[in-house]
Amino acid sequence: MSTESRVPAPPAHQTLTFRERYLPFLISFASVAVVFGLVARLVTSAEQWPRIKLQFFNLDAIIAAFPNVFRGFLTNMTVWAIALVVIACWALVLAIFRSLSGPVFAPLKVFAILYIDLLRGIPSLLLVLLFGFGVPALQIPGLPRTGLFWGGVAMILGYSAYAAEVYRSGMEAVHDGQRAAAKALGLSQWQTLLYAIVPQAVRNVLPALLNLAVALQKDVALLSVIGVRDAVREAQIFTARTFNYSSLIAAALLFLMATIPMARFTDYVARKDQERRLQRTL
Amino acid sequence: MDRVRIANLTKYYGNTLVLDAIDLAVAADEVVCLIGASGSGKSTLLRCVNKLVPFDHGTIELDGVSIDGERFKNSNELHKRVGIVFQAFNLFPHMNVLDNITLAPRKVHRVSRRESEEHARELLSLFGMAEFAESYPEQLSGGQQQRVAIIRTLATNPDVLMLDEITAALDPELIGGVLKIIKDLAAQGMTMIIVTHEMGFAREVADRVCFLEGGRILEEAPPSELFSTPEHPRTQQFLQRIIEAGRL
Ligand SMILES: Nc1ncnc2c1ncn2[C@@H]1O[C@H](COP(=O)(O)OP(=O)(O)O)[C@@H](O)[C@H]1O
Ligand SMILES: [Mg+2]
Repeated sequence: MSTESRVPAPPAHQTLTFRERYLPFLISFASVAVVFGLVARLVTSAEQWPRIKLQFFNLDAIIAAFPNVFRGFLTNMTVWAIALVVIACWALVLAIFRSLSGPVFAPLKVFAILYIDLLRGIPSLLLVLLFGFGVPALQIPGLPRTGLFWGGVAMILGYSAYAAEVYRSGMEAVHDGQRAAAKALGLSQWQTLLYAIVPQAVRNVLPALLNLAVALQKDVALLSVIGVRDAVREAQIFTARTFNYSSLIAAALLFLMATIPMARFTDYVARKDQERRLQRTL
Repeated sequence: MDRVRIANLTKYYGNTLVLDAIDLAVAADEVVCLIGASGSGKSTLLRCVNKLVPFDHGTIELDGVSIDGERFKNSNELHKRVGIVFQAFNLFPHMNVLDNITLAPRKVHRVSRRESEEHARELLSLFGMAEFAESYPEQLSGGQQQRVAIIRTLATNPDVLMLDEITAALDPELIGGVLKIIKDLAAQGMTMIIVTHEMGFAREVADRVCFLEGGRILEEAPPSELFSTPEHPRTQQFLQRIIEAGRL
């Protein structure tokens, strides 16, 4: 009997004709090609184009500059990766300090508020100059003296203030009932944060944190102003030697190769997050 | 001896008097139901008993020991013994059912993971939820979530269980299953303070029913008396409205 039960069959997969499936794609491809083709045509037919090409898009120069620029770029990415991890942890500590209540924790809270207000209000470039030139000049024994180290510290200090605020917004977005439930179960303030609030907060703010990570990816280039031989610095050295700007283009391309996938990944995470929220409210 | 004794409990929110000299004693094994219109102070009363909110005057004692004294200076000690279940379940959405239930036993009561999970699975099967141990809250119906929330509180072996309108957010067909659990607990001798709008349930499960209005207990009697011959005119009006709404 059960084999004959009248359950309607699931809807058959709609079969699209060739036209339905590929035509829209072909049309958009064609229109994009036409528009960009026209722009390229306009640019390259300009009177100045040969000079621009020689100065900026000189393949020989790009190839010549590439090894050094690329080595510099690895420095950028190393600083970025290390700073990212440190910022993610330190900013969370700051956000937690800031969220604490009770007189015992008042010093931590005040420290976090001052820290965030101060470091968020100072331009990153200024921080990099202050730390990158200033601290090594003090020649304090036992501390590293390289611009690379102190420049990295400056980036971490500045960005952690932003990231702390991002975390804080995520913690505040966690519903009050969660705190009440955790407390009522006997969890201490720390345990409530650790097991109930922070995991939800991190999930809430992941897209926003990734956006900060993309910004940081570019901003580590600020270290070039204190003499760190990163991609930008190496490109500048090449430019100063050859009076050709193609090395800067090489550096730009390298940055794009890192930032564009990162931005796409951020979009993807944000979309997943959006879907999850939608599902929760249904 | 009374398990919970509340005397002259008074609380303000700002300048608004929310609890007005409440006196209430709950014996061990007793089930007390609080009824009354929205805003009459029922939730606040429960929240005072386990110090989720501070109060201004009066005393609350647990087994003869003041909850404001040295013994419960650390309110976790109080929360180990007085459990509460909320209307909104408040399960932790990032943890599965098993982790929701075992979190407090493991972190607060220092029970091993293995032991606490065993206990959790026992409770889950007792309440017909065994198959959902690995599910996440958002995969469960409201009724199932509320059952998990009850189990989560029971897993800490509280001496007193407080329930704040635990079926108010549920679809009608899910209410029965949740109330059944509470009736079983009452039969097993759990001391409970229950805020509810389910008068049929209150009549069945309560040893005593208190009617609150404006932060005061206006009338207090066994359900057979309070529901059939309410003395206070306000109680009569309230019950009349409930009957008209078809809930008695
Ligand atoms: N956090 C709060 N801040 C200010 N007023 C509150 C707060 N919680 C409750 N109240 C007020 O206290 C009174 C009693 O509320 P509540 O105890 O929730 O009543 P009930 O549970 O009986 O509906 C209401 O007038 C309510 O507006
Ligand atoms: Mg209420």
